[in-house]
Amino acid sequence: MDLSFSKEEMAFREEVRAFFRDHVPAETRRKLVEGRHLSKDEMVAWWRILNKKGWGVSHWPKEYGGTGWTSVQHYIFNEELQMHPAPAPLAFGVSMVGPVIYTFGNEKQKQQYLPRIANVDDWWCQGFSEPGSGSDLASLKTKAERKGDKYIINGQKTWTTLAQYADMIFCLCRTDTSAKKQMGISFIVFDMKSKGVTVRPIQTIDGGHEVNEVFLDDVEVPVENLIGEENKGWDYAKFLLGNERTGIARVGVSKERIRRIKELASKVESGGKPVIEDQKFREKLAEVEIELKALELTQLRVVADEGKHGKGKPNPASSVLKIKGSEIQQATTELLMEVIGPFAAPYDIHGDDGSNETMDWTAQIAPSYFNNRKVSIYGGSNEIQRNIITKAVLGL
Amino acid sequence: MDFDLSEEQRLLKESVDGLLGSSYDFDSRKKYMAEKGGWSKTVWGKLAEQGLLGLPFSEEDGGFGAGATEIGIVMEAMGRALVIEPYLATVVISGGFLRHGGSAEQKAQYVPAIIDGSKTFAFAQLEKNSRYDLQDVATTAKKKGSGWVIDGEKFVVLNGEGADTLIVTARTKGGQRDAQGIGVFLVPANAKGVTKKGYPTQDGLHAADISFTGVEVGADAAIGDPENGLALIERVVDEARTAICAEAVGIMDESLKTTVEYLKTRKQFGVPIGSFQTLQHRAADMFVAVEQARSMSMFATMANDVDNAKERATAVAAAKVQIGKSGKFVGQQSIQLHGGIGMTMEAKIGHYFKRLTMIENSFGDTDYHLRRVTNAGGLV
Repeated sequence: MDLSFSKEEMAFREEVRAFFRDHVPAETRRKLVEGRHLSKDEMVAWWRILNKKGWGVSHWPKEYGGTGWTSVQHYIFNEELQMHPAPAPLAFGVSMVGPVIYTFGNEKQKQQYLPRIANVDDWWCQGFSEPGSGSDLASLKTKAERKGDKYIINGQKTWTTLAQYADMIFCLCRTDTSAKKQMGISFIVFDMKSKGVTVRPIQTIDGGHEVNEVFLDDVEVPVENLIGEENKGWDYAKFLLGNERTGIARVGVSKERIRRIKELASKVESGGKPVIEDQKFREKLAEVEIELKALELTQLRVVADEGKHGKGKPNPASSVLKIKGSEIQQATTELLMEVIGPFAAPYDIHGDDGSNETMDWTAQIAPSYFNNRKVSIYGGSNEIQRNIITKAVLGL
Repeated sequence: MDFDLSEEQRLLKESVDGLLGSSYDFDSRKKYMAEKGGWSKTVWGKLAEQGLLGLPFSEEDGGFGAGATEIGIVMEAMGRALVIEPYLATVVISGGFLRHGGSAEQKAQYVPAIIDGSKTFAFAQLEKNSRYDLQDVATTAKKKGSGWVIDGEKFVVLNGEGADTLIVTARTKGGQRDAQGIGVFLVPANAKGVTKKGYPTQDGLHAADISFTGVEVGADAAIGDPENGLALIERVVDEARTAICAEAVGIMDESLKTTVEYLKTRKQFGVPIGSFQTLQHRAADMFVAVEQARSMSMFATMANDVDNAKERATAVAAAKVQIGKSGKFVGQQSIQLHGGIGMTMEAKIGHYFKRLTMIENSFGDTDYHLRRVTNAGGLV
């Protein structure tokens, strides 16, 4: 057992850290620190800087623009990115549809889509969830009927993150209604400007607009937009969801937020002294820090295992990452609420458009707390994660 | 970075698991408890034969020069088997004082008898009012000629009744809670003025309350600097804490396995109770708690190799917090999911719970260590 990073790995960390320090736009960083939403242009500008450096799709195979880094290097890169903080690459393109296309797509699809994903020439969104199909995703009803060289798609998708910015969508559609529910699903991609696609915003409890409903009415899609084989879409979806195991713990995000808590808690006073000097508050914070350290090590165990034995058979501990990672993220936003106390209340009516520079740091704390309730719901709710542990690890 | 065991460590694990697997099932444990002194001399002899009693000592001292990882492997296995023999008291703690603070003469005199299994030791530290504070020492050691006279009372000394030699913390100068002026002394258990009252503990071990009345020892009884022993005590106790963290991981892992097995076999309403989602999710949460504990046990193990005492202490304290929280949850839920049978003395699961509970209250509980992590400024 040797749990220290090698000299080369430490040097790599320095290189990555220096790059973020020198290249992440200051305004982008400030907004992230304050928990504000970024504009589309701000995000795309940063991703293109990253892509120019060759780090836009770091975990892809080298032939498609990846870096060939080790598991540990990927871990370090993600941690530094989250701690800086800087926006993570657009998961829907880079982590989700990209790997499906280079693994199951044909040559033409690879050439057509992969470089545009890497440079975010296309902004991708995910058409999985439906109003009646959340945790029970395989019950989805959106239908793609083959007519000649086209699919005619009808149905409704929901919780579609940042669909308002999207150029492309990857969609799970039912192509065989007679088959058992997982068997008749296909993985189809299409242009969001297609006739019959309507995007409607959903406002979430933080007041923000991250997610949308997407209505699909007789949308015509060329059959060459099918990825892989017809009726095999469920396998690709499972592949996609299992692909990003270790990033999900978001250890770096929580570390950054704990630093922020310490910084703010030394400014805000309670009973004539900074909140950070309150023993009870400090102990609560330390408790979260200990949970986070444990999670970090659990994640490193999974990373080290992947490096050694490949991704084929994930370390059982990987199931812990989503549950604990989301609980800790939520705990940190709760501690921020405690720090600001009664000043959590004022509603920042200008908060989301980035135009108001006069609002101070208190404005986003309650929205960020509200918004973070999502992390134990999305990506397979924590209850679904427990089902997975029950079946896959405990064999119950 | 590598979390895998080396070839030698893997072989060690196999041999410990093999030994305890064959000689330490639950029924044998009951027989060992009934033996004179409350544990098995035969098992102790086997541990010596396999070299486990000499594991952490240097090769010059006749040992194997093993580190915290190897001790962790042994302790985890001992946790699984609920071993009651005095390994922690003799090898980990007393051995630790001799390794880190002992003179060449002291090592030559005491270490061979630990390694060959002929002598056992005990660490007499806890006092009536000291609770978890290692620098709270009222027992005194006063200079007399070239030697020392020890007076005071020590409590819940593990293996205190059966030990041949006691390692005693005593104040050589200063006030009761001063960091300076604490010494560590080797005292023969049969020395004049030593009175022991032995008893079994809640988790099946044996301990004693020991009073020292005018106990005279020579100058050679002091381990290290008799006026400045706190750093040594903290180091050794951190090793003990790390060891019981590993032991607790073994216990939790085995408790979870046993409980999952029970959920698969116990039927109610015509089906295995493991088919009920409430119980499934409880078991899943137990799994999460065990894995987080395992990670922090590794963190503590790593920290024992760190030269910076403050960094080591904070890491070990953090691990003890996680083990305390995970241990309480896993222990209590193991009983809950077993239902009535978990309440009985004849089922092993309750004994796991009892040992986990006693580990929580050994060498600082969750609140105590949380305060230490807090006062050190946290981990981030």
